[in-house]
Amino acid sequence: MRPNAGAPPAPRLSPPAKRGRAIPLPPHTPLRGAIRRFRRHRVAVASVILLLAFAALAALAPWVTWFEYDAQDINARLQGPSALHWMGTDSLGRDLYTRVIYGARMSLAVGITTALSALLLGTLTGSLAGYFGGGIDRVVMRIVDVFYIFPVLLMAILLTLIFGRGFSGIFVALSLATWVFQARLVRSLYLQARELPYVESARAVGATHASIMYRHILPNLWGPILVALTYQIPANILSESFLSFIGLGLQPPLSSWGTLANEGFRAMRSYPHLILFPGVVLFLAMLAFNYVGDGLRDAVDPKSRQGFMG
Amino acid sequence: MLGYALRRSLDAALTLTVLVALTFFLLRLAPGGPFDADKEWPPEIKANIERRYGLDQPLPAQLMKWMADVAKLDLNESYFYQGLPVRELLAEAIVPSAWLGFWALALSLFVGIPLGAVAAWRQNSWVDFTAMFASVAGVSLPSYLAASVLVLVFSLQLGWLPPALWETPSSVVLPALTLALRPLCLIARLTRASMVEAMGADYVRTALAKGLPEWKVVFKHALKNSLLPVVTLLGPLTAGLVTGSFVIEVVFQVPGVGKHFVTAVLNRDYPLVMGTTLLYGVILVACNLAVDLAYGLVDPRVRVERAA
Repeated sequence: MRPNAGAPPAPRLSPPAKRGRAIPLPPHTPLRGAIRRFRRHRVAVASVILLLAFAALAALAPWVTWFEYDAQDINARLQGPSALHWMGTDSLGRDLYTRVIYGARMSLAVGITTALSALLLGTLTGSLAGYFGGGIDRVVMRIVDVFYIFPVLLMAILLTLIFGRGFSGIFVALSLATWVFQARLVRSLYLQARELPYVESARAVGATHASIMYRHILPNLWGPILVALTYQIPANILSESFLSFIGLGLQPPLSSWGTLANEGFRAMRSYPHLILFPGVVLFLAMLAFNYVGDGLRDAVDPKSRQGFMG
Repeated sequence: MLGYALRRSLDAALTLTVLVALTFFLLRLAPGGPFDADKEWPPEIKANIERRYGLDQPLPAQLMKWMADVAKLDLNESYFYQGLPVRELLAEAIVPSAWLGFWALALSLFVGIPLGAVAAWRQNSWVDFTAMFASVAGVSLPSYLAASVLVLVFSLQLGWLPPALWETPSSVVLPALTLALRPLCLIARLTRASMVEAMGADYVRTALAKGLPEWKVVFKHALKNSLLPVVTLLGPLTAGLVTGSFVIEVVFQVPGVGKHFVTAVLNRDYPLVMGTTLLYGVILVACNLAVDLAYGLVDPRVRVERAA
C-alpha cells in the first residue's frame, strides 16, 4: 500500500483547458525541430522526392524496362529517341533508357554503400582518436593525413589495381579512399563532446568507455554525421563516374552513369543523344543530392542558416 | 612562428614518405608487371630484364634504392618510354599542367570571389538567386559533362576553339574553363556565405554611418574580412585542381602530368607512377603547408593563439 494512498489527489499544475483554446504542442526534440525546418526548405523536399523516384526506378529496374541491359540488336543501332526506345539506342543497338535505369542502380548502389562503409570505418577510427586522444590519436591522424592529402581519385585508381574493377573492387577502393573525411569529422565531434557535462556524469556513474562512446556520445552526433553522409554519397557517385569515364572504373557490359557518359562522349559528334540522356540524369541526381545536403545542414544546424543557400 | 613552421615541415616530410611508400607497395602488390606481353618471355630473358631494372631485389630494398636515388634528384628511367629519364618526362609534362592549373585558379578566384561578393551584397535578389543556383549547378555538373557541352558548342558547332590536343595557344581555353568550373562555384558559395556574415558586423554599419559609399564598404571593408575561409580552401582547392586536371587531361588529350599518371598506371610503368606520385605529393603537401602558414599571416588572432 502506498503511503499517501488516502490523501486527496495532488492539485494539477496547469488548470484544465476550459478558459482558452488549448494548443496541443508536440514534445520538442532536436529531431522534430530538424524535420520541421527541413520541410520548410521546398527545393530540398522536391529533391528528396526526385531521388526517391530515381531509387524506386533503379530498384524496380527489371519491371520498368522492357529490354535486357546488355541485349544487342544489330538492326537497331544508334537510333534516336522513339516510342520503343525512349532514349534511343547505342552503337551496339542496346536500349539507352534501359541502360540508364540499370546505370542508376549501379551508381546509387556504389554511392550509398561506399559512403556507408566509409562512415563506419571513419566513425570507428575517429571516435577512438577523438575520445582517447594521446598516442592513439597521433597514430590515427598520421594515417589520416596521408590519405587526406592524396586526391581521392588517384588513391582509388591505385587501389583498383589490387581490388579489381568490378563492383566489389570499386567498393573497396572508394571506401578506403574516402573514410578519412568521416574520420576527421567524427574525431573533431568527439573532441568537443568528451568535455561536456553529460559525458562526465556518465563516467562518474561508472559507464565503460565503449558505452560512453557509442551509447552516450554517438547518438548525439547524428546531425553532422548525417549531413556529411548526404554530401559523401554524390561525391562517391561522381568519383565512380570519373573512374568509369576515363576507363579505369567498372568494365563493360556493366553500366553505370559514368560508363554511359564515357560511351556517349566517344560518339558525341554524330550522336549527341548518347551523352545527353545519361548526362542530364546524372546532373539532376547530383543537383538533388546537393540540395538535400544543404537542406539537411540548415535543418540540423540552424545557426548555419545564413550559409550557402540563404 | 619559426618553430611552428619547422614542426609542420617535418610533419609534411613524414606524410610524404608514408605516401610514397604506400604507393610503392600498392603498385607492386597489384597483379601484372611492366614487361608482361602477349607472348611469354623465355625465363632467362625475363630474368635478365628484371636484373637490368633491379626488379629481382626484395621490395623494401627496391624502395630504399628508389628513395636514395630521389635524394640525388634521380627519378630513374621510364620503362615504357625506354631510355627517357622520368625527371625529363615530368619536366616536360608539367608545363601544360601548370599552365592549365594557373588559368583555372586565376579564373576561379577572379570570377568566383566577385560573384560571391555581389550575391551577398544583393542578398535575396534575383542576382543572388541566379548566382547561387548557377554555383550549385556548377558543383553538380561532372567536369566531363561540362567538357562535352563546351566541345559540342565551341568546337563542333561554332568551330572557334580546338576540341582537344595541345597545339595552339587557344588549346588552353576549353580545358581551363572546364577545370575552373567546380572551384569557381565553391569559391563563390563560400565568399557569399562569409560576406553575408561580415555585412551584419558592427564595423560595416559604422562605415556606412560615416557616409562611405556602399560599394566601397562592401568591396573593401567587408570583402577583406571575408576572405579567410577562401584562403583556407586554397589547399583542398589545389588538390581539386590536380585531380580535376588529370580527368580533364585525359578528356582533352592534354600531354600533362595527369595523363602520364593514368597511362603509367595502366602500363605498370613503376618509375613513372612513383615520379608522378612524388610530384603530386610535393605539390599538395607544399600547398597545405603554405596555407597553414599563410593563415597566421592573414589572421593575427591565429598567430597569437599559437604563440600562447
